[in-house]
Amino acid sequence: MGRIQEMFGELKGKRAALITYFTAFYPDEEQSYRIAIAMLECGSDALEIGIPFSDPILDGKVIQQTSSIALERGATLGKVLRLCERIRERTEKPLLLMGYCNPIYRYGTERFASDARECGVDGILIPDLPIDEIEPWRSALSSKGINTVTFCSVNANPLRIRKACDLSTGFIYCLSLLGTTGVRDELSKDVFQLVRMVKSCSTKPVVVGIGISNAQQCEAVGEVADGVVVGSALMQVVMRGGDYLSELKAKVRSFAEALARR
Amino acid sequence: MEEDLNPSNGISRKAEALLSVPDRAGYFGEYGGRFVPEPLIPALEELEDAFIEAFSDSSFREELTNVLKRYAGRPTPLYLAKNASEILGGARIYLKREDLCHTGSHKVNNTVGQCLLARRMEKERVIAETGAGQHGVACATAAALTGLRCEVYMGEIDMERQSVNVSKMRLLGAKVVPVSSGSRTLKDAVNEAFRDWVTNLKTTHYCLGSAVGPHPFPMIVRSLQSVIGEETIRQCMELEERLPDMIVACVGGGSNSIGMFYPFIGRGPRLIGVEAGGIGIEPGMHSSTLRSGEVGIFHGMKSYVLQNPDGQICTTHSVSAGLDYPGVGPEHAYLKREGLAHYTSVRDEDALSAALFLSRVEGIIPALESAHALAWAFSQAEKMEKDEYIVVCLSGRGDKDLEIIERHYPGLGGECLGDG
Repeated sequence: MGRIQEMFGELKGKRAALITYFTAFYPDEEQSYRIAIAMLECGSDALEIGIPFSDPILDGKVIQQTSSIALERGATLGKVLRLCERIRERTEKPLLLMGYCNPIYRYGTERFASDARECGVDGILIPDLPIDEIEPWRSALSSKGINTVTFCSVNANPLRIRKACDLSTGFIYCLSLLGTTGVRDELSKDVFQLVRMVKSCSTKPVVVGIGISNAQQCEAVGEVADGVVVGSALMQVVMRGGDYLSELKAKVRSFAEALARR
Repeated sequence: MEEDLNPSNGISRKAEALLSVPDRAGYFGEYGGRFVPEPLIPALEELEDAFIEAFSDSSFREELTNVLKRYAGRPTPLYLAKNASEILGGARIYLKREDLCHTGSHKVNNTVGQCLLARRMEKERVIAETGAGQHGVACATAAALTGLRCEVYMGEIDMERQSVNVSKMRLLGAKVVPVSSGSRTLKDAVNEAFRDWVTNLKTTHYCLGSAVGPHPFPMIVRSLQSVIGEETIRQCMELEERLPDMIVACVGGGSNSIGMFYPFIGRGPRLIGVEAGGIGIEPGMHSSTLRSGEVGIFHGMKSYVLQNPDGQICTTHSVSAGLDYPGVGPEHAYLKREGLAHYTSVRDEDALSAALFLSRVEGIIPALESAHALAWAFSQAEKMEKDEYIVVCLSGRGDKDLEIIERHYPGLGGECLGDG
């Protein structure tokens, strides 16, 4: 059993997992390492590590900017994997990579799978890889023990939701709304309906992401889902600069506490 | 290509296989597909169904044909550039005058079709990306005609170098949204359009302007632009009683070229796509995706992409904003691979001098995009026999490029041309 399954197994019936996102190499390599460690220390159950890409079409302004700066700082997929390796030395929690197709395709899916495995990566989320195209990628990744996360969106029909559930080898990532990543004031109502539908199709863990920005939203989603992803809201703190690390820690703690309140 | 012809229709078997692409998953051989975030898939499926339904409805096709004829100015002439041909002294050169379409380029063929389709799908809003501004203007025009709200994403750099088109779009009632992310050109305008679309799927149709993107866009754009090649075939038979020896069209994303090529595939003429060679072969200096790119996944499709060794998309350069794009339509990748079309490139300088030459000897100011195709055709005509003939797709007119041309040829006056 992999780390992802172990984590969800341990938390089952207790609370939802807190998955925190950061862009690798933002603001630079060393600081992103420290961000990762800080997140883990403050109650993050798993890390979602963003592989910077020049054309991130599912991302809003915040992650567009962090990605583009990370690329200026010299981020490459190979270097991001080595960053994962360093983080792995400090934790046994799941490490998930989030990245667009092309850098992985260019690196070679098989080579990526085995290198990611060696660096202690547990799973991958590829936002521009819909389930219709997932098969060759999924099998290459599975053969090395890397879990492939599938996405469900609020406009998917039941057939598509069932297919996403069947194809996932990790968990199912429900996109909370139609739109790009970024901070939102309010949760869309549709996501609760979506999580119920996904749960009725599968026993695999169900995670919600996109637009979850504060503790109340975490708590509300944590009531129904097995995990919550927070990204832009945290990167926004880093972008403000100054002593961002203490503010970031406080924020991660508040999210963790909100999930524990269940 | 003469060997292995199907006796019933005179089309080579290799080409016949092509006529069945894309397959149901949107693949042209190994290229194409649908590499987009999950929320876009239902929208792409809806669009595919709507397009197939509309295209099999004769009343829709009739309406489209009518608009193209009475509003957009089709059929466009096939014009023998006699002066240019005589000066070059080889094969005769015909120009397919897409520059005479309403809005000044072939782009209107596509936007009229897509806006009619959007209205049929009961969308209230269309969005578009634009590079040179030609697609933006054509989309704003078709939106005005069909009563749809229109927003056009345009890179800040392109807004500056194509400011006349920005004014036109605004006059036509469209909102032009400056794109300040990334390279601030066409590629980033496409990113922004996708981000808008994923947020506003219910109300909005994304009127993609080139034969790129996820399935069904390359198929839709090809279908709507094929009118160029279909008319050309009829006109060639009328004027020359045989098909041309060579067909030349410029390739950015590849919409005018696929529209021109598609009806000719496997019928004999050599099909030549001309990419922008920019100012050099180094990365970032050109937009020759098929010549210098590698297979990758970008803007929803698997095709050739200009990218660095780490899979990041390159910035590109071309004097013509409309060719300044690091990807290319998947069907072109397939045609290249199957040897059914050939791709080459022409540098900024040669495109500019072809534009000047055509202006001086034929009284036609071509768009700098089309001037790439002209430059290649001119260079080939000289080497060909007098009884051969070439058709060049003159995809647009050059009004939008006057500033760039003037900057390149300061002090343009009444001097004669011909002495180089």
